[in-house]
Formats: sequence, structure tokens, C-alpha cells
Amino acid sequence: MKIISFIICALIGVLLISAAGDFPDFGDVNSPANTHLSSYYLENSIKQTDVPNVVSALLADYRGFDTMLETCVVLIAAVAIIFLLRRSGFDKDHLPLETSSFAFDNNLILQTTCRMLIPVMQLYALYVIIHGHHSPGGGFQGGVILGAVLILHSMVFGLKKSLSSITEIKQRFFNHLGVLIFALVGLTCLILGGNFLDYSQLSKILPVDPVYARSLGILFVEVGVAMTVMTVMFSIYADLSSSGEMDKGV
Amino acid sequence: MDILIAKYNYFAFIILMLIGLYGVLVKKNLIKKVIALTIFQTSIILFYVSTAVKKDSTIPIIDHHAMDHINVNDYANPLPQVLMLTAIVVGVATLGVALSLIQKIYREYGSIEENEVNDKIANMGEEL
Repeated sequence: MKIISFIICALIGVLLISAAGDFPDFGDVNSPANTHLSSYYLENSIKQTDVPNVVSALLADYRGFDTMLETCVVLIAAVAIIFLLRRSGFDKDHLPLETSSFAFDNNLILQTTCRMLIPVMQLYALYVIIHGHHSPGGGFQGGVILGAVLILHSMVFGLKKSLSSITEIKQRFFNHLGVLIFALVGLTCLILGGNFLDYSQLSKILPVDPVYARSLGILFVEVGVAMTVMTVMFSIYADLSSSGEMDKGV
Repeated sequence: MDILIAKYNYFAFIILMLIGLYGVLVKKNLIKKVIALTIFQTSIILFYVSTAVKKDSTIPIIDHHAMDHINVNDYANPLPQVLMLTAIVVGVATLGVALSLIQKIYREYGSIEENEVNDKIANMGEEL
């Protein structure tokens, strides 16, 4: 079995390496991927959306539909994990998976450090989200940092304490609220007479010109994305670490 | 040899991809299979991002002082980066689903070795 697999892998490798000769050189400015559409985005996105970070403009504006449905995939993954693992009120004797009993309950150094770190991390995450227009960042990245903060909190203070403030109802609520914000921004554009996710239509209800309205629309949907990603990351962690019982984590 | 120097990035992905593929095919432990799958995914992400590289270019954020005369070749290609940005987050979410499936399998069969789980499923069929 191992030999057959190795031969298959070697054959695929030989095929790919022989095909690699036809690819453009590394860093070639005239390769097919670097011409055509991408130069249009680089030249026009600042004029059309007033967002210097082309990646943010592409992510939330030009490819808004893609991003919305990717956020939906993240949401569906969280829902799938809840359906797979979440359980309550079962017979604990038949549980083959031992949840770790090692708790940091009274670790003063960890808790004090985290008390100081967590606000700074959250502030930085908000900066990453809000300043995603002008520097590397955006909803996904900021949301993941916020999710990491929640995971850190539950690792240091115990999952139970985290869940007492970020209850499961709240997790579900923010999971869906993020996608809903994204979809509602798109729907507002539709109602105002444009295409779905055509943020320039927002200038009809906001006191800004159409170009800046697109910049604002990107900000709105990034906030929605960040909300979904933050709580999805935490709910995945909470489910996996407690094997669906939500009593104590790692 | 010229090919090797000019296109060394592709060889890196091919090696990473084959490591992932071999792991998925050979390893019996489901966690190791998921790790191999993640290595495979990483190789694809690296491949996409490397197509965005332009020689002597910077990140795709337009300079505030150069808005009137944008030279496209000064900035890396933003499109593959956007595609991979979402792919990474979705990859993490689907990794969570894979791990929870493994946890469920362990809870059900008491093992995460593929052959042991298969044996147990076969025995269950005989009992029925």
C-alpha cells in the first residue's frame, strides 16, 4: 500500500515538475495572472472606492458576493460543529473521551497578565478592522484576533467563566448577526435602486458622495464579517475543547 | 537548471503538495490525515500567493502621494491575495468541522485509526 502510494505520488510529481516549465517565472510582471484584470483593479479601485488598500476594496466591494458567501460557509461550519458535538444531560460514565482536569483556576501570574493583555489585544483587533482601508487588515483578520482573545480568556479563566459572559445564545446571535449585516447592506443597495452590494447607492441615505459611500459600505460589511468570524472561532473552540459539553475546556 | 532557478517556487509547492497527498493516502490515523490535508491546502495557498508576486513590488496599498500616476508594476497583484484571504478563514472553519467529525468518530468507535474503525463497522454489520 505504501509502495503503491509512493509510486502514485512520484508519478504526479514528475507530471507536475514537467508541467512547471511552462509556468511563468517567479516574480514575472507580465505573467497572465498579473496582467488583464488585476491591473484594472490597481489602477481604478482608488478612484472608484476611495480605499487605498486594494485588497480590502476587492474583498468587500468588487468581490462582495464571494465574501458574503464565504462568511456564510464559516457560519455553516460553526452550525455543523454544534450539530455534531453539542450535547447536554447525558450519561457521563460512557464517555470515552476524558476531558482534561488540569485547570488554571488559581494561577495568579497568568490571570494578571491576561487581564492586562486582553484589552490591548481587543483594541488592536478593532484597529485592524477599522484601519483595514489604509493598512493591511480587515474584517477576517480582526475577527480572528478577537476570536483569539476569547479563546485566550477561556483558556486562562476557564471555559465556564467565558461562557457565563459570552453565552451560547450570544454566540449564535452574533454568528448570524454578522452575516445579516452583510446581507442587509446589500439589500439596502438593492432597495435604493442599484445592484445587490452596489454600495454607491448608499449615498442616497448617507450625507456622502457615491465614491465615499462605497468606502463606508466596505466598512459596514467588514464589521459584519468580523462579528461572524469572532464568535465562530470561539464557538468552534468551545465545542471542540469540551467535546460538546460546554463545562470545562482544555 | 535555468528552469530550477527561475521557477523554484513551483518546486516548493509540488514537494509540499506531494507530502500532503502521500500523508492522506498512507496514514491510518485520522488526525494525521487531517494534518496532511492541511499541508496540501497550504501548498495551494502558497501557489496562489506566489503568482501575485512581482519583482521589486510592494504590498497592494496605493501610496497616498502617488494616486495620480499609479504604476501597476509597483504593487503586488491583489486578486490572488483576496482569494486566499477568504480561503484561509474558510480552511480554518472546515478544519474545525473535520476535527469535530473525528471527535464524534472517537466517541462512537473508541478509536481514530482508520482500519480499527473499519473493523468495528464490519463487526457491527455481522451482529445485525
